[in-house]
Amino acid sequence: MARAATTADAFNAVAEPRRRQILDLLRQGERPVNDLVELLGLAQPQVSKHLRVLREVDLVRVRDEGRQRMYRLNAGPLKPLHDWLSKYEESWNKRFDLMDDVLEELRETEEDDGNDD
Amino acid sequence: MATTTSGTAKVTTPADNQILITREFNAPKHLVWKAYTTPELVKRWWSGGNGTVTVADIDLRVGGKWRYVIGGDYEVAFRGEYREIDAPNRLVNTEIFEGAPDPDDHAGLITVTLTEKDGRTYMEMLCEYRDRADRDAVLQSGMESGLQKSMDDLEKVAVSLGDRG
Repeated sequence: MARAATTADAFNAVAEPRRRQILDLLRQGERPVNDLVELLGLAQPQVSKHLRVLREVDLVRVRDEGRQRMYRLNAGPLKPLHDWLSKYEESWNKRFDLMDDVLEELRETEEDDGNDD
Repeated sequence: MATTTSGTAKVTTPADNQILITREFNAPKHLVWKAYTTPELVKRWWSGGNGTVTVADIDLRVGGKWRYVIGGDYEVAFRGEYREIDAPNRLVNTEIFEGAPDPDDHAGLITVTLTEKDGRTYMEMLCEYRDRADRDAVLQSGMESGLQKSMDDLEKVAVSLGDRG
């Protein structure tokens, strides 16, 4: 099946920097589309296009309030990515924590060498 | 002396084919470089406590090869080639996971930069892959090895229970 490059899933959708920016802005709370246009400094059609992609993967949800369309973040679809990242981060933390011990030893050895002079 | 850097590695994804790992070390950069590029020292940290590093071959010159293997219940091997060496500031090398199908087609490019300030070193490790699929496979490998470890642990528990029965 053909797969649209930017809309296939949440991970694809957040690969685009502008869309990450939108999600960051929405993290602070619900916002009308005009707010986003102003804060991003983009033309309305571009913002709408990004919002449409984000809606398709359910990363943002929308409701009408009077004449305004209010957008809010729905972070749920990003949880698997978040889980991958934190596991990956954990594996590097384990490595680097062991490297700290090695460095501590190297420092001590260097100090001892210095004292010999 | 208590270390203040434990558990402070940060992982981000600046682009859809990239992973950026950052970490500060409480040591000057020439020592971080040494710990990162000396076989006997790499053997002490690279497994992250999951298994033992049985091979750490490092031929530190441009075009030189490296290969690391973690042994144990299952073996994990990586290899690559050094592309740029500017000790103790910057190291660029390829990275190939030997367990992948057609591993050479999925080489990553790893750029490590070290910056020193007040005797501490800030490390940036930028990992670039062919595409998002390769990048995601690397990210998911963390899940898999974690899962693998818990499966192994589970197996040990099952075996010990069997022994008792």
